Amino acid sequence: MATMTDPPRESFRLSMLIYDTRYRSLTIQVIALFAFMLLVAWIISNTVQNLAGLGKEVEFGFFGEPASYDINQRLLEYTSRDTHLRASFIGLLNTLVVAILGCITATVIGVFVGVARLSRNWLIARIMTVYVEMFRNVPVLLWIVFAMAILIESLPSPRAFRGEDAPQSLILNDSVAITNRGVYVPEALFSRSLGDVRLFGESSVRFDVSLDLIVIIAVLAASVFVFRRIRAWAERVQNETGNRPTTWHFQIAVLVVPTVILLAALGFHLGKPELKGFNFAGGTHLRNSLIALWIALSLYTAAFIAEIVRGGILAISKGQTEAAGSLGLRPNRIMSLVILPQALRVIIPPLISNYLNLTKNSSLAIAVGYLDITGTLGGITLNQTGRELECILLLMLIYLFISLSISVGMNIYNKRVALVER
Amino acid sequence: MKKSVFYGAIAAAVVLGGAAGAATLDDVKARGNLNCGVSTGLVGFAAPDASGNWEGFDVAVCRAVAAAVLGDPQAVEFIPTTGKTRFTALASGEVDMLARNTTWTFSRDTDLKLDFIGVNYYDGQGFMVPKALGVTSAKDLDGATVCIQTGTTTELNLADFFRVNNISYEPVPIETNAEAQQQYLAEACDVYTTDASGLAATRAAFESPGDHVILPEIISKEPLGPVVRHGDNEWGDIVRWTLNALISAEELGITSANVGELAGGTNNPEINRMLGTEGTLGDMIGLDAEWAQRAIMAEGNYGEIFEKNIGENTPVGLARGLNAQYTDGGLIYSPPFR
Amino acid sequence: MSDASFVRSEMLSEQDPPPTSVGVIGWLRANLFSNWWNSILTVLCLAAIWYVLSGLLGWTLLSVWNAGSLNECREIMIASWGSTHGHACWGVINDRWLQLLFGFYPPELYYRPILAMLLLFAALAPVLFADKVSPRLLYVTAAYPFLMPWLMWGGSIWTPVGVAAGFVLAYLVGRKLGGTVPGLVLGIVSAIVWWMLWLGLPVQSEVFGSGVGEILVVGLGESLASISPDAAPFWLETVESRKFGGFMLSVLIGVVAIGCSLPLGILLALGRQSNMLIVKAICVGFIEFIRGVPLITLLFVASTLLNIFLPPGTNFDIILRVMIMVTLFAAAYMAEVIRGGLAGLPTGQYEGADSLGLNYWQAQRLIIMPQALKISIPGIVSTFIGIFKDTTLVSIIALLDPLGLSNSIRADTDWNGVYWELFAFIALMFFIACFGMSRYSMYLERKLKTEND
Repeated sequence: MATMTDPPRESFRLSMLIYDTRYRSLTIQVIALFAFMLLVAWIISNTVQNLAGLGKEVEFGFFGEPASYDINQRLLEYTSRDTHLRASFIGLLNTLVVAILGCITATVIGVFVGVARLSRNWLIARIMTVYVEMFRNVPVLLWIVFAMAILIESLPSPRAFRGEDAPQSLILNDSVAITNRGVYVPEALFSRSLGDVRLFGESSVRFDVSLDLIVIIAVLAASVFVFRRIRAWAERVQNETGNRPTTWHFQIAVLVVPTVILLAALGFHLGKPELKGFNFAGGTHLRNSLIALWIALSLYTAAFIAEIVRGGILAISKGQTEAAGSLGLRPNRIMSLVILPQALRVIIPPLISNYLNLTKNSSLAIAVGYLDITGTLGGITLNQTGRELECILLLMLIYLFISLSISVGMNIYNKRVALVER
Repeated sequence: MKKSVFYGAIAAAVVLGGAAGAATLDDVKARGNLNCGVSTGLVGFAAPDASGNWEGFDVAVCRAVAAAVLGDPQAVEFIPTTGKTRFTALASGEVDMLARNTTWTFSRDTDLKLDFIGVNYYDGQGFMVPKALGVTSAKDLDGATVCIQTGTTTELNLADFFRVNNISYEPVPIETNAEAQQQYLAEACDVYTTDASGLAATRAAFESPGDHVILPEIISKEPLGPVVRHGDNEWGDIVRWTLNALISAEELGITSANVGELAGGTNNPEINRMLGTEGTLGDMIGLDAEWAQRAIMAEGNYGEIFEKNIGENTPVGLARGLNAQYTDGGLIYSPPFR
Repeated sequence: MSDASFVRSEMLSEQDPPPTSVGVIGWLRANLFSNWWNSILTVLCLAAIWYVLSGLLGWTLLSVWNAGSLNECREIMIASWGSTHGHACWGVINDRWLQLLFGFYPPELYYRPILAMLLLFAALAPVLFADKVSPRLLYVTAAYPFLMPWLMWGGSIWTPVGVAAGFVLAYLVGRKLGGTVPGLVLGIVSAIVWWMLWLGLPVQSEVFGSGVGEILVVGLGESLASISPDAAPFWLETVESRKFGGFMLSVLIGVVAIGCSLPLGILLALGRQSNMLIVKAICVGFIEFIRGVPLITLLFVASTLLNIFLPPGTNFDIILRVMIMVTLFAAAYMAEVIRGGLAGLPTGQYEGADSLGLNYWQAQRLIIMPQALKISIPGIVSTFIGIFKDTTLVSIIALLDPLGLSNSIRADTDWNGVYWELFAFIALMFFIACFGMSRYSMYLERKLKTEND
């Protein structure tokens, strides 16, 4: 920019607010701020008037009242006598569960498909293209409904497991039952359990932490620590003497033995699902609603991620592949050691926005009856109490908070892997 | 000129004073049609046909009100609403009345500022199970997986029922009736629970309805009726008495076929009062003398509407049961026209 | 005699490559069976394709087209194949396809949405295929925002003409005040507000009970309403927006949202790049807020809260409210797309504009925006695809888009129990539309790439 000579000093005139570039931006900003504040004030005053007209007032007391509905898929204990706040909290956890699971599987599938689309096997490349185009060009709501319907129609009902010569049987040593009501997997049980610790008392965000789990994690962490000390010691010896002492049997023993002893002491065993009455009892039950939503969101988002990955790989110049090839690396190793690490820089920013999209799309859980935060706070609670304003605003704030947390977290990561340019 | 009008409009949008007119009747008359909130689709109660005409039991009530107020049963705009949007649509004035299988409850009537103007269908929540399960009572359902539609009173009743009887169950919340049917038929749930009328309609659509039974327990009272905004009593009176006219018409033997003839005058003073040949009942609710005639003409009396949309000769196949006239042992009862 | 016992005097002709590396076999070997691992994969893939297709094709093709109800379908299936499983009942599509496409739009007026659709293509052609189509079509593009609402909602020709006049006037005023770009902005804003007021008018006029605007708005409403069909030329029968449904509704929401969000998005993108702190903060706040919440919550706002936020008694049609919220939603995404386009321009372009002595808006209009928008088109198209797909969410708030309609159709006693056929049809229609658009976007990206190299 050219340096400007100072204009002659003159007395301030009102018209300078518009015509003088030094003041104009200030004027615009002040006007913008006022307009914005007016808008907000206008909306608030309308809201107050309207609510008064409807005879309602903004209050959050209803959160303390019993929710009176049941939630089947949940991480923490909950009954229909718990409060609306508790129900919303359970819903929030459900949102987070499906979002996290979805992001992980979407990434795995997306990277796999993105690489496979560049496969030299014509058929595989075509199939992957068909998959990507199919999923990208049909609304996710339809995919969620489809996934649910396919699970329900194609899997056997628990009734098929009944009787002496049942048409279906449990898989994996009679421990996993795949039915059209969900998947039953064994759960970890402790016959000499240390009990639970309840955090946050009787409040709505209370949850029980299993002491068994804490002890196991503590022992495992200690084992890993000792394991690394042994390795460091071995390296030191190797550096000093040139001979590396044989330590692998120590290392494995340190890693495995304390945990096994602890598990035995706690009386660890697996609780297998068994057919009792109408349903399987025992084990952990992953409902179809969760699985369908998880599959649909993963596959849908994976189609987008695949395109990003493919674009990222293609953005790496061919010379890199050829150079790696000339070093004698095999194609798989070239991909994992040379291409993908470089492509990652191109891939990560759009990947973040796809994670965000997946999280936001999880709000469609209501289509399959998975009670996430939209289904509880923005669904049944809203319907029952008729508090639209409070419920929906709170719902938006929660989603906003989740989204911003994801963006912030991923941006920090992105900064760390980004190439430092000169 | 245009610009000044434009700024005027903006100014109007900003300044704005008066609250929404309380007189729904005037609005409806000025507009020339009735905005009626219905469900997005419920077999027998409200559904659009191939040419976009809405039909059904709830729809008929809207048409009768439109006929009474505007003289034309076709002067109705049907506005589909969900369980979530129905009350806001009514409160904000987007619809003039709701005829959408809405259960009359204390809190809705009071806290949500609605007025239930009567009951056009007495329903109750029931259970349907496959015959093969051999279940004969809902109390045998310990541990069963139950399909329920979300966003209704159904899931609350269900939670209460199982809690009171101290048996466990696994709820499977479902968004639409179509999905419920699909899940139930694929045995993803053992039981389907919703209003008994819905169960009957659903069962009727199965390939082999005989393989499924509806259990005898009815676990809730679901009086379904039209709803209007709280505070506009004149409008509430019109809707209430239109519904009562349909009910009384059945009791008094007035049908869409003979209403024209009876309107010429009969020896029954109540018929005469209702049909406007005697007295000034129409004036009292701000309508003309023939309002009830037109309401009955629109889709017939209560019994005719029932038989045409959900009666035993339709695919839905509901018996009158509680919804018979009180003279036949039912609960349908209209206060006298006097 | 020479020493050499043999001298070749002519070249041998080239030998054919071995038969295993040419033709079909060669192609198969190179692409499908290059090594044992690929061969296994190929066989597995073939098996999977066979498994899927054998089920799907039988269901799709061995199906019933002519039936008036599900029960009739089942009878025909039993009569033809002895079982009802594995056969589609396309009778429901045969019966209801017009409804799925047009909703409750009056059948005798179907030509209007069709014409609006054709005009849309004509209006978009000079923008999307700038090198192949006569620029004279740009007149259609300019007229389209005024013609389309008139075609869809009907009414007097004077309404779009009035809006256009209002646009021009507002533009002129804006230009006088601040230059061409603010003029355009003011014009567009006034046109949008105008349309909304007009479309909301039947209810509005009752609402503006008092206040300064009463005479103006009510007077205007009455003068517009009082134009009788005979008196006005080119009168189109009015169609209320609640008659809209099916794919028409999805396309309409998508087109309106993208059309209206483009100017809004440009402003937001410029605001976000601006060095005015407050303006930037407002823009960033808006964009991040909208992008941070799911569309479904915004639709809940449209269906339950928007009326509470507006002056007491205001009552927009639900479809209009949804359009407003989807437009705001699209604007935030559009702003990011355009910001990407702005960031894609080399700094030299800005500096060049400055060195020519252009002011901010001149530089934007003459130098920056034409280039930034051009490289943003692929992004805009994919935003549109996203919005178009997301319009299925309106079924959750009881609008009868294809998914919502499928639910209503199942509530008809004739079709109670039909499941897959409706979903398959809807998915197919969405696929065709979105796939076509994404192909276009790819074509454009290729073209832009070659141009830039």
